[in-house]
Amino acid sequence: MPEDNTDIVGLNGAEKRFGASNMDIIRLDGAEKHFGAVRALAGVDFHVGAGECVGLVGHNGAGKSTLMHMVAGTLVPDSGRIAVRGHVEDNYSVPRSQQLGIRCVFQELSLCPNLSVAENTRINHPALRGLGWRRKAADLITAKLDEIFPGHSISASDIASDLSIGRRQMVEVARAFTVTQDPLELVILDEPTSSLDAHTAGQLLAFVRRFVATGRSCILISHVLGEVLQHADRIVVMRDGKVVASDAAKAFDRDRLVTTMGGAEAREKIAAEIATQKPETGPLRVRARPARQEDGNELVAHAGEIIGLAGLAGHGQTDLLLAIFAAAARSKTGIEVTAPVALVAGDRQSDGIFPQWSIAQNIGIRSLKRLRNGLLISPQREAELADFWRKKIGIRTPDMNNNIFSLSGGNQQKALFARALGSDAKIVLMDDPMRGVDIGTKLEVYDLVREEAGRGRTFLWYTTETEELDNCHQIYVFKNGRIVANLRRDELTEKKIIQSSFGDAA
Amino acid sequence: MTAAPIETGLKGSSERDRLARARLLRGLLPALSLVLVLLAIAWLNPRAISYFGFSLMLNLAIPIALATIAQMFVIAGNELDLSIGTFVGFVGCVTATWLKDAPLVGVLILLGSIGVYALLGALIYLRNLPSIVVTLGMSFVWQGLAILILPKPGGKAPDWLLSLMAFKPPLIPFPIIAALLIAAVVHFGLMRTSYGVILRGSGGNAAALERAGWSLLKTKVVLFALAGLFGVLSGMALIGITTSADANIGNGYTLLAIAGVILGGGEFVGGRVSPIGAVIGALTLALAASPLLTFMHIPPDWQVAANGAILIIVLAARMLISRRER
Repeated sequence: MPEDNTDIVGLNGAEKRFGASNMDIIRLDGAEKHFGAVRALAGVDFHVGAGECVGLVGHNGAGKSTLMHMVAGTLVPDSGRIAVRGHVEDNYSVPRSQQLGIRCVFQELSLCPNLSVAENTRINHPALRGLGWRRKAADLITAKLDEIFPGHSISASDIASDLSIGRRQMVEVARAFTVTQDPLELVILDEPTSSLDAHTAGQLLAFVRRFVATGRSCILISHVLGEVLQHADRIVVMRDGKVVASDAAKAFDRDRLVTTMGGAEAREKIAAEIATQKPETGPLRVRARPARQEDGNELVAHAGEIIGLAGLAGHGQTDLLLAIFAAAARSKTGIEVTAPVALVAGDRQSDGIFPQWSIAQNIGIRSLKRLRNGLLISPQREAELADFWRKKIGIRTPDMNNNIFSLSGGNQQKALFARALGSDAKIVLMDDPMRGVDIGTKLEVYDLVREEAGRGRTFLWYTTETEELDNCHQIYVFKNGRIVANLRRDELTEKKIIQSSFGDAA
Repeated sequence: MTAAPIETGLKGSSERDRLARARLLRGLLPALSLVLVLLAIAWLNPRAISYFGFSLMLNLAIPIALATIAQMFVIAGNELDLSIGTFVGFVGCVTATWLKDAPLVGVLILLGSIGVYALLGALIYLRNLPSIVVTLGMSFVWQGLAILILPKPGGKAPDWLLSLMAFKPPLIPFPIIAALLIAAVVHFGLMRTSYGVILRGSGGNAAALERAGWSLLKTKVVLFALAGLFGVLSGMALIGITTSADANIGNGYTLLAIAGVILGGGEFVGGRVSPIGAVIGALTLALAASPLLTFMHIPPDWQVAANGAILIIVLAARMLISRRER
């Protein structure tokens, strides 16, 4: 029923074509998605035309992955509607999207490590069965690998776990382009070049252009902005769960893309405060060099400083924090730590909370030595410590002896902060602790961190949210496990961080 | 520009050759440990290496191999079955009573028990329960049922089963032929068929499988049903050899089966299992259990402990060798 859709107007960006929607491979209108209290997508309109390569860019957590999971059918939007080739899909799902010819190469590798390349191909093709299926699967994937990555040297009988990560990515990409019974209309490539070297990445991107030239479509998500600028027809920029720009790729250049992604809004508030109270250099607390650092760059932190660790997610920031944490207990080459350390974990469910314990016990665990009375833990001292921090940090609960899970997520995180701040630690490591925490709690904790820094504590703060870096005196930008930039607070601009962390290896 | 990819290609292929060699060696390890045990037996008692000797020594290898295969299916899906031993005992009791006296009822009970296994798989998947807990609970259920059926040792195996297990083919002892047959059939089914790939994939990367549109409920149910099927075959084979049953007859099989899978090159997680390896592992355990120890003149009081020690040594050696290859 294409006539149903003739009234849909793409309001975002360049095209406002009436009746053009049935040329779209896929169209999402007002897609919304919440994960608990976190709004991952806030009413997104998105579409891909036939024969088009759409580049999708945005920060970590901007909602790109969530949006792509909806296109692929692995997530169902809370509200909004999905139309494929002009037909509204009421029960959109993975099998349906596959029937319609939509494939996805997800960021996390989705090969079965225990199976061979041919067997992994079989998993995506129910039609590969019966006598001789192994031969057919092997031929299918080998032909596609030859087409996309000439000279790839991957054999169909190789077991996936024996392949290097780059080759696994090549297999996964090639597999998405193989065809048996279902059609092939749209391939979503989520960071397809993240593990490829420049040569194979070039092969893939050239193939993508050949592919869209045949009238089929592609969504290209990449943090390497040059790739997107050069190979996409149209670029969609996302920020905070919304589409903030959608325009022909020619209309963008690197600077405009970076500015649009960043949102250069006012954030002088905290900035001014931090700038004025820049402490005089106290005694050295931490000097650390990442394991993969080749040049002389190293992280230096003094008493009273708040040090930010920035860059894209998973580029070695957490590794360095954990190395510093380990070095505090047992000396390690390349890392110097001069005071007790506490860590506030990012994944509080798996690394932070003791689920069976009360709030007070969860707070006291880092300070057992002080809470001891002879051989036993003194319940009074534990209660005193917990009560002090309940008032200080504002943990909202009627009784600190309740189970930790009686608290909301934000308050659980506050309890973990209380654990670290209530301890004797002079150095507090924070591993992106504000993930999924509401803004009110965030602001309270920011204030607390600055206050504690004023008293001489040192904070090493890894964060994926650029705004949080405003609280820091000094920022180290990470890329591929190395420190690539070292910015003072007054030098800090979003653009600089993005440019350092997105530095194309061109 | 043209030289670079060729160079990386060469480097890649030599690296892969190394890995392929390592994988081959790992694959040969189970056979190696079997040869080692055989050599020990030949050294201690050369007369044991004969048609008659093998028929005798490998007598119990068939039920152990079948139970190991049952456990292997469960492990292929990243689960563990702690009830396979008492299940074999339960099947044994049914075989020695109902299957002989009222074959139709007996067959229905055995088919029903395979159905129970399939349901357990569904329950474990749907409720996201730890299989260790569920099957540990079930082990008491099977044990209880076995005692209800056969409060004291007794019963008799059906005649057709007795004659099947007493089959004496020329040249090659029956247990060896049976082991080859079991290994070949299961290898084809799990390693070569297109659905076998899906079953193993469910242990390797379940999320990827689900994303590709496969039902994980179905794979779990199929794997558990196959475990039930081979558990039934194991129990029947056991009674065909022992001729009568006892409610506790299969209790040792749970750990033997797990050890057999691991000895055969399987891993607890990741869908890495090998049917041929599992059968070889079962044969090794069967030989290392009683014949070897008797030849070593170890008093019966100490045999159980010595059996455990051999198990630890063999498994530790396997771990050491495969770790060095990494």
